[in-house]
Amino acid sequence: MNNTAENAIQQNMPRPGTAAADSGAPASSPKTADIAVRVDNFNAWYGEKHALKNISLNVPACRVTALIGPSGCGKSTLLRWINRMNDTIPGARAEGTLSVHGIDVFSPDTDVVELRRRVGIVFQKPNPFPKSIFENVAFGARLHLKLSRSELHGLVEWALKRAALWEEVRDRLHHSALSLSGGQQQRLCIARAIAVGPEVLLMDEPCSALDPKSTAAIEDLIWDLSEQYTIVIVTHNMQQASRVSDITAFMYLGELLEVGETDQVFQNPAHPQTRDYITGRFG
Amino acid sequence: MNGESRLSLHPLLADPEGLRARLRPVAGRHRKERIFYFLCLAVSGMAVLILAALFGAITLMGIATFSWKFLTAPPSPAAEESGMYPAIMGSVWVVLLAMLTALPLGTASAILLEEYRPRSPLMRRIQHIIELNITNLAGVPSVVYGILGLTVFVYMFPLFDGTGKPVREWGVVYYDQFYNEADTVLLVPVNTLDAPPVQPKTGMLAFDADFHPVNLQVIGEDDPWPEDPERARVTLRETDMGGRISEKTWYYFCLPFGRGVLAGALTLGLVILPTIIIAAREALRAVPDSLREGAFALGASRWQTIYRVTLPAALPGIMTGSILAMSRAIGEAAPLIMISGIVFLTNPPRHLMDDFTVMPLQIFNWAQRPQTDFHALAASGIIVLLAILLVFNSIALLIRQRYQKPLS
Repeated sequence: MNNTAENAIQQNMPRPGTAAADSGAPASSPKTADIAVRVDNFNAWYGEKHALKNISLNVPACRVTALIGPSGCGKSTLLRWINRMNDTIPGARAEGTLSVHGIDVFSPDTDVVELRRRVGIVFQKPNPFPKSIFENVAFGARLHLKLSRSELHGLVEWALKRAALWEEVRDRLHHSALSLSGGQQQRLCIARAIAVGPEVLLMDEPCSALDPKSTAAIEDLIWDLSEQYTIVIVTHNMQQASRVSDITAFMYLGELLEVGETDQVFQNPAHPQTRDYITGRFG
Repeated sequence: MNGESRLSLHPLLADPEGLRARLRPVAGRHRKERIFYFLCLAVSGMAVLILAALFGAITLMGIATFSWKFLTAPPSPAAEESGMYPAIMGSVWVVLLAMLTALPLGTASAILLEEYRPRSPLMRRIQHIIELNITNLAGVPSVVYGILGLTVFVYMFPLFDGTGKPVREWGVVYYDQFYNEADTVLLVPVNTLDAPPVQPKTGMLAFDADFHPVNLQVIGEDDPWPEDPERARVTLRETDMGGRISEKTWYYFCLPFGRGVLAGALTLGLVILPTIIIAAREALRAVPDSLREGAFALGASRWQTIYRVTLPAALPGIMTGSILAMSRAIGEAAPLIMISGIVFLTNPPRHLMDDFTVMPLQIFNWAQRPQTDFHALAASGIIVLLAILLVFNSIALLIRQRYQKPLS
């Protein structure tokens, strides 16, 4: 199973006409060869429930990897272990190898605070702090960096611009973040996440609480951000996975059934379960 | 779905005529609705009416004796001279100090219980026991806290001898006070309250009534009294006996605390601590987890998350709960009867160990006197107490409306 998954990437990487080739990145370039997140023989439990079973997956750097699968298949669990957000859940535990840019996520030497600075996460429901727009973006930066006032302002402006929100909020930076629309709030959360200088961005169904227009804006942003950031996105929306991702991984009942170039997985799935799910016969 | 389990209507619902015959009369339901509404209205109206009647009666009784003088004068054996200034100030001291101790303690306990949920089963069990005890403490009668305060704060038993007399003191000087034949006051410092009486001797360090050092002159029992008034002012006879007095500074402090403001405030702090813990926990629990996750996701430590996100979001709720606890504290009499018990004080407290009385005690004392003049005073006192309570509750309401922002 694991071999199938890894081989899928290896075999499918050089395929011409894929999303990667379209976006101008040659398959053999170092960009695609770099592995940002390495998952090997990974198991996770919630109490007695075996939520992830022997997952092995390599997430390439600076690309968008989509995790798809029916509800309860473990895709959010996998995502939340990458920066150890599951630490706070009582009864949650994990075994196996999980490393981000060579750093062992579970090693006692790994500082979870530093790990989360390097691996940001955006949640399903936008969760801005009940503070001003400016304070929201400055929050993480203040936690980790010593900055002068002007440096902080510059950083906040950069993050808001990068998250395609600057033009909409430049005149009301000191208004409450809760006055923004849902889509704007989600872009604010992305701005907040990139302001601390992460390398990997995890997104847990970032559009499922948004209307189609906001969804389109976020998808454009994801595509845009993937030039610099490794993005792992969990989504329930097949169209979204096919639109925004380079790599798609299909999970089912805690197992990783198939990984490959998105076009390959959607057009010619190797696994019958994948085909059934993608064509909407279950899930 | 396969064909066999296709749904068909239940026979009762399939027959429109039969169904109509079985419908409950709509008019009856409307009538019951109205009756229930008026019942609720009457019951809640009753509560408001009773409060209004109480307030009216108290105002009628007490308004005659209620004056500026009542607020600024000390109590007196003559009803028309009496005021409750020392009691008001005593209440202010005690309640502020009680809040100052109970608010940080209560908030810290609430943070421990809500934000640092342990993962190991043993610690979870301990936490559960603590939670259970706090809930129980909230229901303990306040007299019991009075006894607790008496033992722990007033006597500090068994650290000290159990008499409540000061054993260690700071910020106090004792003097033996002499009156000489020229009717001037001379003070000779002594080391402790229990030191043997001073035998005046020439050249001893002494002070006059304004605490200026003087050159003490001591003459024999039968020697003639000096003519020179300057000299007579500083002269004592060797047989003169002084009386022990103390000069306490504003920072006077002693162990054990004795029946002072601090002991009363700490006791009252214990009374309201469970209430504050419960209010603070409710406020912290109302902060959505998504905000905590948002902070953790940015790499905030637990303390940074609490300090920068959770606590600011919960603060209006904590303040509201605490002010309501404060209004409970200001009306408490039972535990303070144990601690203070004094109702006839002419001075407000001057330091943490000073004697004190509080408004409810003063009111209680006036109300139980046989003379009806004092009953009017009690009513005036109740007006003051109710006014303060109303102000506190309005502030709580204001904070809730003004600062309680939506959190997500």
